Amino acid sequence: MRALSEAGTGDLNSRVVIVGAGHAGGSAAAFLRQYGHVGPIVLIGDEPLLPYQRPPLSKAWLKGEADADSLQLKPSAWYEEAGVSLRLGGVAVSINRGAKTVTLASGEVIAYDYLILATGARARALPLPGADLAGVLALRTAADAEALKGALGPGKRLAVVGGGYVGLEAAASAMALGGHATILEREPRVLARVACETLSTFFQDYHGARGVTFVLDAKVAGFDGQDGHVTGVRLADGSVIACDVALVGVGAIPNEELARDAGLDCTNGVVVDLEARTADPFVFAIGDLTHRPLPTYERQFRLESVPNALEQAKQAAAAIAGRPMPPHEIPWFWSDQYDLKLQIAGLPFDADRQVVRGDVAAARFAVFHLKGDLVQAVEAVNAPPEFMAGKQLIARRTPVDIARLMDPAISMKDVAA
Amino acid sequence: MAKITYIEHDGTDHLIDVKPGLTVMEGAVKNNVPGIDADCGGACACATCHVYVDEAWLSKTGDKSAMEESMLDFAENVEPNSRLSCQIKVSDALDGLVVRLPESQH
Repeated sequence: MRALSEAGTGDLNSRVVIVGAGHAGGSAAAFLRQYGHVGPIVLIGDEPLLPYQRPPLSKAWLKGEADADSLQLKPSAWYEEAGVSLRLGGVAVSINRGAKTVTLASGEVIAYDYLILATGARARALPLPGADLAGVLALRTAADAEALKGALGPGKRLAVVGGGYVGLEAAASAMALGGHATILEREPRVLARVACETLSTFFQDYHGARGVTFVLDAKVAGFDGQDGHVTGVRLADGSVIACDVALVGVGAIPNEELARDAGLDCTNGVVVDLEARTADPFVFAIGDLTHRPLPTYERQFRLESVPNALEQAKQAAAAIAGRPMPPHEIPWFWSDQYDLKLQIAGLPFDADRQVVRGDVAAARFAVFHLKGDLVQAVEAVNAPPEFMAGKQLIARRTPVDIARLMDPAISMKDVAA
Repeated sequence: MAKITYIEHDGTDHLIDVKPGLTVMEGAVKNNVPGIDADCGGACACATCHVYVDEAWLSKTGDKSAMEESMLDFAENVEPNSRLSCQIKVSDALDGLVVRLPESQH
């Protein structure tokens, strides 16, 4: 903890302005109130909606299993009761760090004692011919999801450009709704950037067995259309994958322009410390936006996950409220597709060996990524004990007996003991 | 509405009206009860919504799925009456339910 005098942390009456009303920004407001902060909080979001959960947009919500209310982090009455002043549909255009003010596109100037930047990331666009056709969609916001949901259904053909998690989840949802999905991936395997080869092969086979078509090493050249609406994805070899709707899921880029224009250090995200603080002691940044330290791996990285958003929201709120920092967490991720629950703990940095435990063919297994005899990461499919114990092993940084780890007859409790 | 009492580890209690159909976790999160973070939003993937169900209510809150059971196996401070609150659906039958939060979520 910093001394309270430095940057005036521990001021429960301070004026806090949060730019970005996603999972990170909304949670920061909630944690501030949980931690006893009573000063004014202004929450600015460029979407017209109260903070909501994004992960279900490609899963339960897309399949019609969750409604808009259930996605909201808090009901609207909460913001009123908690004295959180909302500027929904508000766009912050500049920060004056000297005067400690944020200016909105509307012209409103809002003063802060502490500023929390939570502007998130946006879907990377493909600068290809036809990318502006109706029916070429991204999946990041509730509005995106609404558009996609309207285009899916029995007999509808979805073409997904990009075999990442969003694309795979959307494909599974499209199939569940009675449609068909084709996934076009530039690399020789799906999930190439974010999962090991065992997992890539497993997921591709699982989707394939349920009717999803894959085109790997795909060179997408553009989108064909008729009357302004997409009709297919055109590949460099001239072939066309016909579709009723195309989803582009090729990663996200941080919305860091506001911070950069204000002179804050940005390197694929706003650079922050372990308290989610930028080099300006009065400015924090949290969530997908940040390039943050990962002490376990001794490096800085940008994470895109809800647990990361919540961890940094707690850090910023704790620093402002003068509470001890919450314990550092191991990054983790999850995905639901069909009846599969994928849980990933850690990141496979510097790993030199992979060990599979369990039965891949039975869809119940885990891949452990080791650096020597230290667990760096675990990818677990329908294997919660491997995930939970693996997470503990990663945090502990003590050697693991690899022979025991590979032996499914020895419980993960005993392996991790 | 079902009235549910959430008791934080330090003894602070919160009496909340929860709409049937929501989960016990959602009732806490939507009312900003400290100690239930629910990182995964109810996917039974994280064990950050762990609660102890008051003994008198154990039979009414239903059985644990195999998934919940194995997540709880590795949670901290687990007791026989431990549950993941995202896996308990609220109904009128749970009017008066009391749950306590573990030290690890303090």
